[in-house]
Amino acid sequence: MGATGQKTFSSIASKVLMALAGVFLLVFLAVHLGINMLLLVDDGGKSFSAAAGFMSSYPVIRIFELALFGGFLLHIVFGVIVSIRNRWSRPIRYQHKSRSETAPFSKYMLHSGVVVLIFLALHFIDFYFIKIGVVAPPPGIERHDFYSRAVLLFSDTTYSAIYLVSFVVLGFHLNHALQAATQTLGLNHPRYTPLINAASTLYAIIIAGGFMAIPLRFTLFN
Amino acid sequence: MIKLNANSPGVPLTDQWDAYKAGCKLVSPNNKRKLDIIVVGTGLAGAAAAATLGQLGYNVKSFCYQDTPRRAHSIAAQGGINAAKNYQNDGDNVFRLFYDTIKGGDYRSRESNVYRLASISPEIIDLCVAQGVPFAREYGGLLANRSFGGAQVSRTFYARGQTGQQLLIGAYSAMSRQIAAGTVKLYSRRDVLDIVVVDGKARGIIARNLVTGEIERHAAHAVVLATGGYGNVFYLSTNAMGSNVTPAWSAWKKGAAFANPCFTQIHPTCIPVHGEFQSKLTLMSESLRNDGRIWVPKEKSDAELIRQKKLRPEQIHESKRDYYLERRYPAFGNLVPRDVASRAAKERCDAGYGVGSTGLAVYLDFSDAIERLGRAEISARYGNLFQMYQRIVDDNPYRTPMMIYPAVHYTMGGLWVDYELMTTVPGLYSIGECNFSDHGANRLGASALMQGLADGYFVLPYTISGYLSHEINTPPIPTTLPEFHLAVRDVTDRLARLKKSGGKESVDHFHRRLGKIMWEHCGMSRNEEGLTKALGLIAELKAEFASGVKISGGLKEYNPELEKAWRVQDFIELGDLMVRDALHRKESCGGHFREEYQTPDHEALRNDDEFAYVAAWEHKGRDTAPEMHREELHFDTVKLTQRSYK
Amino acid sequence: MKFTLKIWRQKNADDKGRLVSYMVDDISPDSSFLEMLDQLNQQLISRGEEPVAFDHDCREGICGACGLYINGRPHGPLKGTTTCQLHMRAFRNGEMIYIEPWRSGAFPVVRDLIVDRSALDTIIQAGGYISVNSGGVPDANTIPVPKPNADSAFDAAACIGCGACVAACPNASPMLFVGAKISHLALLPQGRIEATRRVQQMVAEMDALGFGFCSNTYACQAECPKEISIANIARMNREFLAAKLAAEKEQTGGFTI
Repeated sequence: MGATGQKTFSSIASKVLMALAGVFLLVFLAVHLGINMLLLVDDGGKSFSAAAGFMSSYPVIRIFELALFGGFLLHIVFGVIVSIRNRWSRPIRYQHKSRSETAPFSKYMLHSGVVVLIFLALHFIDFYFIKIGVVAPPPGIERHDFYSRAVLLFSDTTYSAIYLVSFVVLGFHLNHALQAATQTLGLNHPRYTPLINAASTLYAIIIAGGFMAIPLRFTLFN
Repeated sequence: MIKLNANSPGVPLTDQWDAYKAGCKLVSPNNKRKLDIIVVGTGLAGAAAAATLGQLGYNVKSFCYQDTPRRAHSIAAQGGINAAKNYQNDGDNVFRLFYDTIKGGDYRSRESNVYRLASISPEIIDLCVAQGVPFAREYGGLLANRSFGGAQVSRTFYARGQTGQQLLIGAYSAMSRQIAAGTVKLYSRRDVLDIVVVDGKARGIIARNLVTGEIERHAAHAVVLATGGYGNVFYLSTNAMGSNVTPAWSAWKKGAAFANPCFTQIHPTCIPVHGEFQSKLTLMSESLRNDGRIWVPKEKSDAELIRQKKLRPEQIHESKRDYYLERRYPAFGNLVPRDVASRAAKERCDAGYGVGSTGLAVYLDFSDAIERLGRAEISARYGNLFQMYQRIVDDNPYRTPMMIYPAVHYTMGGLWVDYELMTTVPGLYSIGECNFSDHGANRLGASALMQGLADGYFVLPYTISGYLSHEINTPPIPTTLPEFHLAVRDVTDRLARLKKSGGKESVDHFHRRLGKIMWEHCGMSRNEEGLTKALGLIAELKAEFASGVKISGGLKEYNPELEKAWRVQDFIELGDLMVRDALHRKESCGGHFREEYQTPDHEALRNDDEFAYVAAWEHKGRDTAPEMHREELHFDTVKLTQRSYK
Repeated sequence: MKFTLKIWRQKNADDKGRLVSYMVDDISPDSSFLEMLDQLNQQLISRGEEPVAFDHDCREGICGACGLYINGRPHGPLKGTTTCQLHMRAFRNGEMIYIEPWRSGAFPVVRDLIVDRSALDTIIQAGGYISVNSGGVPDANTIPVPKPNADSAFDAAACIGCGACVAACPNASPMLFVGAKISHLALLPQGRIEATRRVQQMVAEMDALGFGFCSNTYACQAECPKEISIANIARMNREFLAAKLAAEKEQTGGFTI
């Protein structure tokens, strides 16, 4: 029985919600990458703009957009709650640094999550807020012209560098994400878990590598 | 003056327990709620008793010195638990288990108790399985069995090499359920330092809270001691560091007879001693003897070279090895009972054939078995033991033979109890290893777990109701009675004396010295001269301890040195009683081997005409010698024979 | 061998505590870690100082009493080994060794290196058992258990309740301990009867005691002296979800999800 008797989320429920939201975000990232890959098509941004136009005008997508915000919010809010709880659980810390072997990068999910969140904020300012008209687009660029916007941003080396670093961090975050999510959801199996772990790493490499290919192409080949 | 009456029902052996249960008085549920029972110790016997008594509706207070009941030393039992289930259809039945136990105990146990134990054994397995104990199973999903020393049938149930752990967790879980239900209240980190007797009946205990040092009084209508054995009197043993005789010893001083104290079991397969600061011996399961062959070099010169590390055992040719158990006992070979195997190892080492740096070790060699069965099979059977050995000794037993030496393991002696498991103090019960009842002069492998659980789950809950049925009109015992005051005063006085003795030597120093005296003179083999000498040495040690022990820390705080000091002081007194008992028993039987009494080929020579009795010692005051009372053993069902494993 | 020890000394639960340095010399490489501490304590006693308090009992790796945080790892540098089975040959001569108590809000320090782990008992009391009474149970062989299940149940039941999982976890979470108990019982037909209720009650109790939440670092698995697998945590999660999603009746007190 819950000794506190409060109506609250249990440890496992909190983590399951976080994992489900995370898995949803994983799907979103794949879709986003698919569209961004069109930037690499050498047609002056025609196909990219078409896809971007579809994404910002098709009504069903609007619903998904809301779900997406919800997913981010859920993932972040529970991430923060769990992290705070976890810090409380060890009020006096060890003097010697932990040398326990841990799953790669698993200890830094919060840190990498924060980095990704900061990047997300920049990303919102640069694209989404311009799209919805909260932020004025830079001179000479139309509000819905994501292609020109992207080309302009990637011509800035600092921006590209930030972008690259963010995705390296996201890659590490993702490497642990899928395997942790399956573990949390109870999907552990002696035969399939190693495959899931490998898939998790592969997915992280594809997502991070795919996104990183874009600034690399623009800075190296323009 | 103590009167020993075994109280076995006066009907034929096979009907006794049924007859007892049919005639035993019960306590109704509404009265159970009004009765308090104290259970000291949370091993198999104690946890099983607390769980069962709680579930019956009594108010149980459970005490242990550990931080949680789950750490009691029953947890370390490796091999298994016997039960006359006859699942293997190999001819086992209750009578055979009874007979093997009586014979294995060298005819020094009480028929009625042993028969009851054997007849209850199948129920234990049923209960443990229902509790979720993960016993080994066959592919068909049914339970697996293995064979064990001293038996010709496979009746041992096991959970890899961790049977004790799994059974204890079963009992601990059952007890946890009662704690949650509110029928059992747990007092952990408590040392029970005295038993309170009011008007001749056990009515409570005095405990020391090990964290705060506070002296507590606890009262009850009956007190159950399930405090295990006293092997730590030898300092080095396979017992846990905290295992102690203190509660049983307090009971002795309050009038409970102590039976057969000299009957100790020396287990043949332990990891040898490595050095002076060693604190503890580690047992390797007896099952190793199923496939390992025990040997020492045939030539003393080879043994000497090995001790100097100039020769490795693998280099000794087959023809220069002495497989002494196979040589002396062709019928049983390496599978002779524990006492026989232990003495044979000591004999070889004493004769100068021992190996290891100290010369106190023999080889247990698996090379033949590895050749015959393959390394994979050996690893499947004993992998965890090999790993444990390698971790401790830093040597690979797959390549180099293991070194083993006997070590103190179990004590058959203990508080004298009757058929109802009651000591000579009314209302004071003793169960499990703490009592003397079932194993005679030598215990068979896999029988300790059986006894602990039988006593706790199935015997005591019946027998105690007979006593408590007379107590239903007794209101809760107040802890303000003068007997409690007196006991508290005694305890605090003794603590204060210990604290201020102001000597120079640590408690361990005295404990180590006691262990040495006991091991040398009252260990695997004993003789009149050595025992007489030991009496003097112990008396000296006792006096030196009183003035020469140094204890740091305070009385009112966590103070492990103080805990140890109290325990060691009791051990010194117990050592004296053990030596007296060993001295008086002028025969060899089971674990008690008197050099003067042996057959021409050096086997134990029992004397049934004069010594077929239980020696129950009565405390006669601090400065008076204890008095011995006899409970004559009557063997109506089995015939006494000389044990032979040749 | 010779070592410099940095040991956490704390008089009682209210004391603040600090690391104190000690030197030990003349230590046999065959000594166990606890025997090395015994030797230090003998020195301290002869100097009239208070010996270092630490929990220990069986000293053969099965009772789970011992548990020291040694150089940043519960039970020290060897895998699958309790502190009492750790030998000094696992260290370099002259090495500096940090010895700290388990750290968790739910495990308050009692003294020096001793912590109060009764929270683990409390979790078991919340449902870590099969509700049968002594007596009146069916014959043992009327409950067949597939051997693989029995083996997996044993693997989980090998837990010695030492708390190293909590000590190792960056979040001080006992989920390996709880998962192992839930798995042990859930894998057996006897234990299935109460599985739904058990997992909810034990998880609720674990949360109520203030332990942290698992973040899948698997440090627990790496440090468990009995090498219990995190697959048991996954099984607990699965059991929990199944219990919450499929149960038709609310079975626990306050917790909704």
